[in-house]
Amino acid sequence: MTADILFQVLVSGLLIGLIYALVAVGLTLIFGVMDIVNFAHGEFLMLGMYASFWAFALFAIDPIVALPLTALLLFAVGVIVYQTVIRRILKAPMLSQIFATFGLMILLRGLAQFFWKPDHRLIPHSLVSGNVAFGPVQFGLPQFVAALGAVGVTGALWMFLHRTRLGTALEATAIDREAATLMGIDGQKMFALAWGIGAACAGLAGGLIATFFPIFPEVGSNFILIAFVVVVLGGFGSVTGAFLAGIIVGLIEVLGGFLVGPEYKTAIVLSLLLIVLLVRPRGLLGKA
Amino acid sequence: MRFAPAITEPTRLSKANAATRRQTIKRMLAAAALLTTTALTGIGFGAAPAHAEDEIRIGVIYPLTGAAASTGVELKAAAELAAAIVNKEIPAPPGLIAGVGLPNLKGAKIKLIFGDHQGNPQVGATEAERLITSEKVVALTGAYFSNVTATASQVAERYGVPFLNGESSSASLTQRKFKWFFRTTPHDDLFVGNFFTFLGDMEKKTGDKLRNIALFNENTLWGNETTKLQVKLSEEQKFTIAEKILYPAKTTQMTSEVQRIKAAAPAVIMQSSYLGDAILSMKTYKELGFLPKMLLANDAGFNDSEFLKTMGKDGEFVISREVWALDQAERNPLIKQVNDLMKQRAGVNFNGNSARAFTGIAVLADALDRAGSTKPDAIREALQKTDIPASGLIMPWKGVKFDASGQNELGTGIIVQVQGGQYVTVWPFDVATKPVVYPMPAWDGR
Repeated sequence: MTADILFQVLVSGLLIGLIYALVAVGLTLIFGVMDIVNFAHGEFLMLGMYASFWAFALFAIDPIVALPLTALLLFAVGVIVYQTVIRRILKAPMLSQIFATFGLMILLRGLAQFFWKPDHRLIPHSLVSGNVAFGPVQFGLPQFVAALGAVGVTGALWMFLHRTRLGTALEATAIDREAATLMGIDGQKMFALAWGIGAACAGLAGGLIATFFPIFPEVGSNFILIAFVVVVLGGFGSVTGAFLAGIIVGLIEVLGGFLVGPEYKTAIVLSLLLIVLLVRPRGLLGKA
Repeated sequence: MRFAPAITEPTRLSKANAATRRQTIKRMLAAAALLTTTALTGIGFGAAPAHAEDEIRIGVIYPLTGAAASTGVELKAAAELAAAIVNKEIPAPPGLIAGVGLPNLKGAKIKLIFGDHQGNPQVGATEAERLITSEKVVALTGAYFSNVTATASQVAERYGVPFLNGESSSASLTQRKFKWFFRTTPHDDLFVGNFFTFLGDMEKKTGDKLRNIALFNENTLWGNETTKLQVKLSEEQKFTIAEKILYPAKTTQMTSEVQRIKAAAPAVIMQSSYLGDAILSMKTYKELGFLPKMLLANDAGFNDSEFLKTMGKDGEFVISREVWALDQAERNPLIKQVNDLMKQRAGVNFNGNSARAFTGIAVLADALDRAGSTKPDAIREALQKTDIPASGLIMPWKGVKFDASGQNELGTGIIVQVQGGQYVTVWPFDVATKPVVYPMPAWDGR
């Protein structure tokens, strides 16, 4: 095996890893703020992909240009889901919470299949298409742009959480809801905001991968397992942790698949997760 | 685990207000759940158990939701078309076996009761059980996925109900010594064997060496069995396996897989994929700038009409095995006539999968009519005596006639290539309508 191939594999792993990171940050944000696991997160991704698809198919808007719209739309979906479903189960037993988001997952999938048919769809040509080659290493421009977008969005989210008043309020709610309420922060608003931002992240990820991944009602299920692994590995609720963990999972999956055998790629990732949990149960950057 | 009510205390709202709200929400959720179930199972409200005397109920199990739902919906449309022809709801082209109807059953009509297996063998078995015990079907057909056909037909075997499989190609299905299992389609042994014969023929034609192959198969029952057989045939016929990969079909990336194949540089790839992974692998070949001289696809995802529609010109020149191609209409006028009916009803052309689903129902109806009864034993006996000539079918087969294992011994396969956005027959050379485009043009040379 030559160094070229190894380098190529690492680049591919990094690119897909950044996408995993973006899918996972939304999930970890929601969990961090309110301790609810959102099983419908993959479906937010799916909705983001369909939003891009329809923007392209009906109005000839490129997925990349449509990103702000996709983000806004999914933000709205997140807030609506919070207001209609989640707000009512905040104090419910954990099992009810799990089944509520699980039910939402099945509902969204069913609706997508009902209205948009179970077909696989692709966006045939976008602003970003074709390949980029750096010497012997080559990769698809869509994948590259998606990875860049993932870095940008995660960076922006980090800045928002740490450098703005609203973001700090969200962090405060995550750390201690009671104390935050005493400081005059409206918990309900913060929760709605977390769902909006979390869904928007998934939607953006959907919009970015819609340039190269087939779009179908079940597409969320391909990504959600990996997203959970990333969240746990990074530490529940840690955005930076999810970002790092996403990259690690992408690299390990592609590299491990290449070296050991692709049939083991998921097993390799899950073994890594088990080892990390044994050594460091709270994940890479999780708070104890 | 606690069994507390979902909401233990109303928070800020007044009690009464909260109660009505909760009721509204509950009702909305119930309605939503009902809607979902209806949409998911594809069974409408009309599936009440009351049935007329002259109605022969046949259970049809397909993946109507889940990753393969788009294929399942086409299979369902094909089965419904066949039933409509048998029931004489639409006039049949002369000569078609299904057009005979059910004269020996005094004009009784068949009614298809659909079950959705979601691509899951356990669900498939449960659906088979439901169709037999509560829907009282007299025979079962389906289920496209070989692993689901395996479990669903086990249930049928246990209850002693005939199971006619039209489109699952895993060879082992007819090696189980089942009494009640019949299969019209040829199985993988024949298809996979054809590829090796084809490669031999191509070597003679082009003078190139095509003995260095990569096996690239998904890792359920179908992919595993295909791999085993390919390895066996490679050894027997002196082919070298440069790389052998079994990959998980539900995946987010196929870079590691394609990278490994690229590093092994085979002349030919033999690939077995379902739709989502077929699309993703083609995208990845292109992304990594790699193609072999020939890509030999093992039907399934590559032959789904969605594949050609979504891939456009990136799907060109893939070679696949088929049981059916529209261009064979040049040799059999029934193909065009029945395809026109399908296009009118469902808006799509037949493909290898839906044509086989159609044929499955047609063969079952033929047996029902000859049995002249809906007793399982009579149907089974009639199936065993099936002898349908090629001229009554829309398949390029020599006919339908079951051997002792329940396998149709008159089935044959063809090899097709995507040219100009559709599959055309390229092998056997004597039935080919177009020559093979060889080698596959590189991505940047198109």
